[in-house]
Amino acid sequence: MPAEPPIDTPKHLFEAYELLASGPTRPIAGGTDVMVAITGELGPIPERMLDLSRIEELRGISLEADGLVLGARTTYTEIRRSALCREHLPALVEAAGTIGAAQIQNRGTLGGNIANASPAGDTLPILLAADARILVGGQRGEREIKALDYFVAYRKTALEPDELILHVRFPLPGGRQLRFRKVGTRRAQAISKVVVALGWQDGPRGWSDVRVALGSVAATPIRAAGTEAVLEGARPTPEVADRAAETLAGELQPIDDVRSTADYRRAVSARVLHRLLRDAGGW
Amino acid sequence: MSAYRFLVNGAPAEVEAPGMRRLLDVLREDLGLTGTKEGCGEGECGACSVLVDGQVVDSCLVPICQVEGRIVRTVEGLSLAARERGSLDTLQEAFLDHGAAQCGICTPGMLMAARAYLDAGGAADDGAIREAIAGNLCRCTGYTKIVDAIAAVAKPLD
Repeated sequence: MPAEPPIDTPKHLFEAYELLASGPTRPIAGGTDVMVAITGELGPIPERMLDLSRIEELRGISLEADGLVLGARTTYTEIRRSALCREHLPALVEAAGTIGAAQIQNRGTLGGNIANASPAGDTLPILLAADARILVGGQRGEREIKALDYFVAYRKTALEPDELILHVRFPLPGGRQLRFRKVGTRRAQAISKVVVALGWQDGPRGWSDVRVALGSVAATPIRAAGTEAVLEGARPTPEVADRAAETLAGELQPIDDVRSTADYRRAVSARVLHRLLRDAGGW
Repeated sequence: MSAYRFLVNGAPAEVEAPGMRRLLDVLREDLGLTGTKEGCGEGECGACSVLVDGQVVDSCLVPICQVEGRIVRTVEGLSLAARERGSLDTLQEAFLDHGAAQCGICTPGMLMAARAYLDAGGAADDGAIREAIAGNLCRCTGYTKIVDAIAAVAKPLD
């Protein structure tokens, strides 16, 4: 059972900033991770909490000149229902549909997935593959962090204790393609064994700006640089897919844990990438 | 401790509680609504499912401070409208007719997840019903009868 530390429920961002600046404070939004994490069994119980559920500045999905912007409190259900997300970021819509089930999707938020920074966080490889930018803020001001720079080490992020995640910006360059695949024990309520997100730009000289991002295969969500190099400037032919899959299996160093084994994760990651390339190549 | 006010099954409720107290505990212990069950306590099993503002949630993952001013429906509230006629909610009747309960611990949560699906206009589509109750585990594995019961009261497929 979770502990019951004192909690404040501010209505405005500046009040939340004041609370965060005044001492160690644990933010909570949808609670799907936090309520499980503060039982005292998984580390010290927070001295006090900050309820984000009334801060409207953290909500909303909007299409802007430099991309699709999702407020930190956007829930997975809102992502799934959003016409803007369906049109511009179908891979994120797909990812949102694989998280938990209705109960979790109604409560869990994109910002929470990022703040929790689990290596198995289902949306996180998409952030990497889309070159997303995370806007954070606090009393010292706002700053934008590239998704790639955000995940520093196992559950350690670039977010400072006095900062909040405000929104995520997904750039939408014309012709950008993004694919997503999650492998878990079952379709719903499963923590992923492997998550793969693949991004690319198609051009007359083959693929460019290729991103191969993975979850659950390292201490953080990662990009596979060697595999990206194989695909950069290439086309998704059977030969290229074979070589990319082989390269990926070679460069990943997953671990054995309760959910899967290193061997399985390596083999399935390569297989999933191969399949995504086959689909992209239409063969 | 703070005072929190919200509607439960149509009636105003006010509780004095720490803001981080789980909605599940407030319902069961402070308000005596023990129809909502605790299973895993970590959002895996859906036994504690209730509706908040019409959305199905795991009440073990909701701190009471986030329920201030909201509308909560629990399994006890399902039959309120029907009770004047001396009957249950049509969904509960369908569960009885189809034998969609064995040990019963998942039943209140199943009913609430199914009610959210039906209230959103969900149809008698097997795959969609299974997705709607994917967050509710039946440890007796009696899913087929549960799906049949929900389909029986859902709007027919075109």
